[in-house]
Amino acid sequence: MDFMTVLQILDSAMRLSAPLLLACLAGLFSERAGIFDIGLEGKMLAGAFVAAAMSATAAMPIEQGGWGMSWGAAWVGLFFGILMSVVLSLVHGLASITLRGNQLISGVAINFFAAGTTVLIGQNWFRMGGQTPQLRGHSRFEAITLPGAESLGAVPVVGTIYEQLISGHNLLVYVALAMVPLTWWILNRTRFGLHLRAVGENPAAVDTAGLNVVRLRYSAVIICGILCGMAGAYLSLGTSAAGFLKDMTAGKGFIALAALIFAKWRPVPALGACFLFGLLDAIANRYQSLDIGLFVVPVQFMQALPYILTVVILAGFVGKAIPPKAGGEPYVKER
Amino acid sequence: MNRTLPRWADIILIPLLNLALAILVAGLVVLFIGEDPLRAMTLIIQGAFTPNGIGFTLYYTTNFIFTGLAVAVAFHARLFNIGGEGQAAMAGVGVALVCLAFDWPHWSLALLAAMAGGMLFGAGWAAIPAYLQAKRGSHIVITTIMFNLIAASIINFLLVGPMQAPGSSPETRSFPDGASLPTLHDMLGVIGVNFDRHAPVNISLFVALIACVLVWLLIWKSRIGYEIRAFGHSDKAAVYAGISPLKITMIAMLISGALAGLMAINTVMGEAERLVLDAVQGAGFVGIAVALMGRNHPLGVVLAAFLFGILYQGGSELAFEMPGISREMIVVIQGLVILFTGSLENLVRIPVSKLFLRFRKGDA
Amino acid sequence: MSVVENTEAGRSNSAAPTPPAIQLKGISKSFGPVKANKDISMTVAKGTIHGIVGENGAGKSTLMSILYGFYKADAGEVFIHGQKVNITDSHAAIAAGIGMVHQHFMLVEPFTVLENVVMGAEEGRLLKPSLAKARATLQQLAEEFELDVDPDAIVGELSVGFQQRVEILKALYRQADILILDEPTGVLTPAEADHLFRILRNLKAQGKTIILITHKLREIMEATDSVSVMRRGEMTETIPTNTTSPADLAEKMVGRRVLLEVVKTPATPGDVVLEVKGLNVVDSQGVKKLKDVGFTLRAGEILGIAGVAGNGQSELLEVLGGFRAASSGEIRINGAPIDLSAKANAGMRRARGIGHIPEDRHRRGMVMPFMAWENIALGYHNKPEYLGKAGLHNQTAMREDARGKIERFDIRPPNENLIASNFSGGNQQKIVVAREIEANPDVLLVGQPTRGVDIGAIEFIHQQIVNLRDAGKAILLVSVELDEIQSLSDRILVMFDGVIQGERLPEDTDERELGLMMAGAGNNPANGGNP
Repeated sequence: MDFMTVLQILDSAMRLSAPLLLACLAGLFSERAGIFDIGLEGKMLAGAFVAAAMSATAAMPIEQGGWGMSWGAAWVGLFFGILMSVVLSLVHGLASITLRGNQLISGVAINFFAAGTTVLIGQNWFRMGGQTPQLRGHSRFEAITLPGAESLGAVPVVGTIYEQLISGHNLLVYVALAMVPLTWWILNRTRFGLHLRAVGENPAAVDTAGLNVVRLRYSAVIICGILCGMAGAYLSLGTSAAGFLKDMTAGKGFIALAALIFAKWRPVPALGACFLFGLLDAIANRYQSLDIGLFVVPVQFMQALPYILTVVILAGFVGKAIPPKAGGEPYVKER
Repeated sequence: MNRTLPRWADIILIPLLNLALAILVAGLVVLFIGEDPLRAMTLIIQGAFTPNGIGFTLYYTTNFIFTGLAVAVAFHARLFNIGGEGQAAMAGVGVALVCLAFDWPHWSLALLAAMAGGMLFGAGWAAIPAYLQAKRGSHIVITTIMFNLIAASIINFLLVGPMQAPGSSPETRSFPDGASLPTLHDMLGVIGVNFDRHAPVNISLFVALIACVLVWLLIWKSRIGYEIRAFGHSDKAAVYAGISPLKITMIAMLISGALAGLMAINTVMGEAERLVLDAVQGAGFVGIAVALMGRNHPLGVVLAAFLFGILYQGGSELAFEMPGISREMIVVIQGLVILFTGSLENLVRIPVSKLFLRFRKGDA
Repeated sequence: MSVVENTEAGRSNSAAPTPPAIQLKGISKSFGPVKANKDISMTVAKGTIHGIVGENGAGKSTLMSILYGFYKADAGEVFIHGQKVNITDSHAAIAAGIGMVHQHFMLVEPFTVLENVVMGAEEGRLLKPSLAKARATLQQLAEEFELDVDPDAIVGELSVGFQQRVEILKALYRQADILILDEPTGVLTPAEADHLFRILRNLKAQGKTIILITHKLREIMEATDSVSVMRRGEMTETIPTNTTSPADLAEKMVGRRVLLEVVKTPATPGDVVLEVKGLNVVDSQGVKKLKDVGFTLRAGEILGIAGVAGNGQSELLEVLGGFRAASSGEIRINGAPIDLSAKANAGMRRARGIGHIPEDRHRRGMVMPFMAWENIALGYHNKPEYLGKAGLHNQTAMREDARGKIERFDIRPPNENLIASNFSGGNQQKIVVAREIEANPDVLLVGQPTRGVDIGAIEFIHQQIVNLRDAGKAILLVSVELDEIQSLSDRILVMFDGVIQGERLPEDTDERELGLMMAGAGNNPANGGNP
C-alpha cells in the first residue's frame, strides 16, 4: 500500500466520518441533557430528503414550478433540512419532556415516520421512485480548495497531505470538525454547558437551583435537531450521491450512536470514534475483502465492525461506558 | 401509577383513541401530498378483504403475531427487545439449514424440526444481548439494535457465499417438496371451502394462535410468568423474593427471541420456500407497534397484528390503485402508531383521566 | 385585606418592630384525593429558629415545598418580610431570599463543590468569572460560619455531613435570608448534628431566619425559639419552645396520649438460633460497610440494632436476607452455616427459616402494581400449596390464602384483588408483616417496620412482633427510631460505621448513652469527627 493509497483512504474516511460526527455531536447534546435519542437516524434521513428536495426546487426554473434561483440553492436546502430535523426533535421533546413518554419508543417511532414519509412524499413530489432529481452546481455543497493548496501540493509529504487530505472538502466537513472544539467549549466553559450537564445528571438539583429543566432540555433537543439536520443535508447535498436516495442513511444514525457510546459521551473522543468508524467504512468500500495474510477478512465483517465494537464497549470489556445518570428518565416533579 | 381509569378505558378506549390519532395524522400526511385520505382508507380496507387479499392479510398477520408476542414477552420483564428483526433473520438461517438438511418425508416432521431450528437461532441471537444486559449492564436496546445490523451483515455474507445456490441471485436453493407447508387453501379444501390458492397464508397461522394461548398461560398463570412480571415491575422486589435477575432476563429474552424466530416458518418455509435476502422485511419492527397497541396482552397482540396485516396488504393494493401514494404509507402509519400508543400516550391519557375524575366527582 | 388581618398584623408589629420574616395565610394543597395541607397559617419572626414538628405524612415537607416553589399551593398567600410574594417556582423563592436544604440533597454528584454552588447563580454566560467569585465567597463563608469544604472536591465523593454543608453554602451564596432545613439530621451522626446546630445558631446571630423541620423532639427543644405542630395536614398550634416539653409536643403531634412503651412481658430466651461471627462486607466501590460484626440471637427474644442510617445496618440485613455477599465471616442458623457467597439468594434464606420484613417496602417488600394476593405470595410463590400443574400456579389456592391473611391481620380494604399501591402505607406494611409472620420463620429480620405507617398500624405491628417473640421466634430489629428500639428490644446493639459499638439492656441505658454510642464510642462528640 503506497502513500497515495493511504492518503486516498484517509481522505475518503474523512468524508465518511463527517456526517457521523455531526450526528454524534447531535446525540451528545441531547443525551448529556438526559434525553436518549435513538431517532438520530430518522432525523438525518428526513433532513437529507428535505434538504435535497428544497435545494432542487430552489434551483428549478420558475416555469417548472421552482424558485429559479441562480446561486445558493444548497443553502436553501440546508436551511429546510435543518428545519425538518428540528421539527422531529420537537416531537421527540414533546413526547419525552412534556408528556414524559418513553424516549426509546419515541426515537423508534421517529425513525419509522421518517423512513416512510421521505419516500411517500418524495415519490409523490418528483415521481422518481422516491429519489430527488440529480443535484448540480449551486444545488450542492462543492469541494473547497483551501488557500495555497495547489502551490503547497508540490511540497513532499506535508504539502501533499495538505492538498489531498486537508483541503478539498465541502463546507460541512469543516463545520463538523469545528463543532468538536466548540462543543467542548460550550459544555465545559459556559454557563449553558454547566446547566446542560447538570440536567442530565440530576434534574431535581437543577430545578431547585431555580433553573428551568424543561427549557434546558428543549434547548438540548433543538441543538440536536440542528446538527442532525446538517448531517442529513451533508448526505444529500455534500456527497457524490448528489440528491436523496431511499434509506440513504443506511444505519449511519446508529453508527453515530455507537460512536457516542464509544466516546463515552465526550466531544473529543467522539471525533476519534467517528473517524475510526469512517475509516472502517472507507476500507470496506475500497476492498471487497481484506487479505491479512493468515486469512481473508470478508467485507461484511468490516461493515459490521462498528456494531461489534460498540457491543464490546457496552459490555465493558474495554472501559465501561457510563451514560448520564438521569438519561432516559422523564423528570417528574410532583409526587 | 395512574389508576384513575377504569380497566375497560385503560385497555380499550385509550388504545383506540391513540389509533384514531395516528390515523388522523396519517390522513393529514395524505392530504398534504394532495391525495384523498378517505379514498385511501377505503382502498386499504377493500384491498385487505378481497378474496385474494385476505390470504395475504392473514399471512402478514401471522408474522406480526409472532413478532408482537416476542416484544410483549420481553416488555413484561421490562426489556425492550428491538432485536426482533435480527432474531427473525437469523432464525431464517436456522429454518433454511433444517429444511435443506434432509429430503423431508412429510411436512409435519419438517415443520417441527424447522420450528426447533428457528426458535433455536432466534433465541440464540437474543441470548448474547440478554446475557450482556444481565451480567454487564449493557443497555439491551442498543445491543439489540447492533445485533440487527450485525445479523444483516452475516446473512449478506452467507447468501453471497457459503449458502448461496450456484449461479443464482443471493439466495439459497429451494427447499425440498417434503418441507412444503400446507396452505390455508389446502387445509380448507379438506372441509370443502374454496380458499384462494395463491395466498401465502399457511399452517403457521395456527402455530401463531397456539403461541398466543401459551404466552397467555406463561405470563398470567405460570410460576415463571409471575417471576417475569415481578422482575419487570421491580427488580429489587424480585431479588428480595429470591428471583434471579440473570435467570429471568435470560428466560424472557430467550422466549422472546424464539417467538420472533418462529416467524421464519411462515416466511422462509411457508412462503418463499428458500432463504432470500431481507426475508423479514421489517416485521420485527412492526412487532413493536403491535405489542404497544395490544397492551402486551396476547389477545391485544392478535387484534393489533390483524390490524397491521390489513394495513400491509391493503397498503400494497393502495399503491397500485393510487400511484400518488407509495407502499411506504404503511411505514408512516406504523411510525405514527408507535409514537401515539408508545410515547405520546399521555397526550390522550391525561385528558381522558381528568374527564373520568370529573364524572366520578359528579357521581359523588 | 380585611380589618381583622390588619389588627393582627399591627399586634405582631408592636411585639417586634420588624415585620415577620415569613407569614403564611390559608395555605391548602391536595394531591388527588389526599389533602396534604389544609388551610395552614403560620408566622415566623425574623432572626429566630422556628421548628415544625409532625409525624410522617403530616404535611411538613409539602408545606415547605410550597414555600420553596416546588409545589404550587391550591389556595393561600405567602408574605416575606411583610411583602406579599407569589412563589411560582424555585427561582422566585430564591429571589425572595429563601434557601432550602432538602432531605435528599439536590446536588450534582459528578460536579465539584464550586460548580454546585455556582449553578443557577452565575455572573454571566462564561463560567470562569463566576467560579472565581464563588471561590472567594466560599472562603469568606467558611470562616464566618464554620462551613469548611474543599471547593474543588467532587461532591459525590464527600461524606453526607459535608454534602449537607454544600447545600447550606448554596443557599447562603444566593444570599438567602431564610433557610429551610428538612429533616437535616436524619443522616447525620449526633456529633455532625451538633456541628450543624452550631452553624444554625451562628446564622441566627447574623440575623438569618431558620425553619427546622424534624420529627425529633429533642432537636426542637435544643435548637428552636418557637415551634409549630402539624397533624394530618393541619397546623394545630404554634408556641414558644420554652413553654413546652417533649411529652407535651408528642401528645400534640399525635393528638392523644402516646403509649411510648409497648406492652410486653420480660423475654424468656431459649437456644441460640442465629449466630454471626466476624462478618465483613465490602461494597462495589471497595468501601467497608461491615467490620468484624458478631452477635448471637436466641429464640424468644428481640434484638434491636440502633444506629444512624447508613452505618451498616442495611448491609447486615441484606447479607442475612440473602441478597448481598459477605467478603468474610460466618453465619449459622440453628448451628448450621449459611452460604454467604454471591451465589446465595433470598429463596435459600427462606428455606433456612429466615423471614424478612425489608426496610424499603415500596421497592423491595412489595411489587406495587401487583394485586394484594400476588404480593402475599411474593418470595413464597414456589411453595407447594401454591403450585398447580405443569409449572402453573394454583391461583385459587393463592387467593384463598390471601383472604385468610387479610382477615387475620385486619388489612383494609379487605379485597385481595386490589392493587398494592391502592392500600394505605399502614395496610401495605400489614400485607408484608402478614406474609412474613405467617410463613412461621425461625428468625425474622425486621427493618424499619413502622416507616411511613400511621399510629394505629404502628401499635398493631409492634404487637404482632412481640407476639411472634412470645411464640418462641428470634427477631432481629433494625430501626433508626431510637424510641422504637428502646420500647421493643430485649437487648440493644449499637452500630456505627459498620462496627458494633456495644450491647446494652434497654432498662440499663438511656437515649443519651445510646446517642453517644451511635456517634462512635470513644469519639469525643465535641470534636465533630466525620465518618
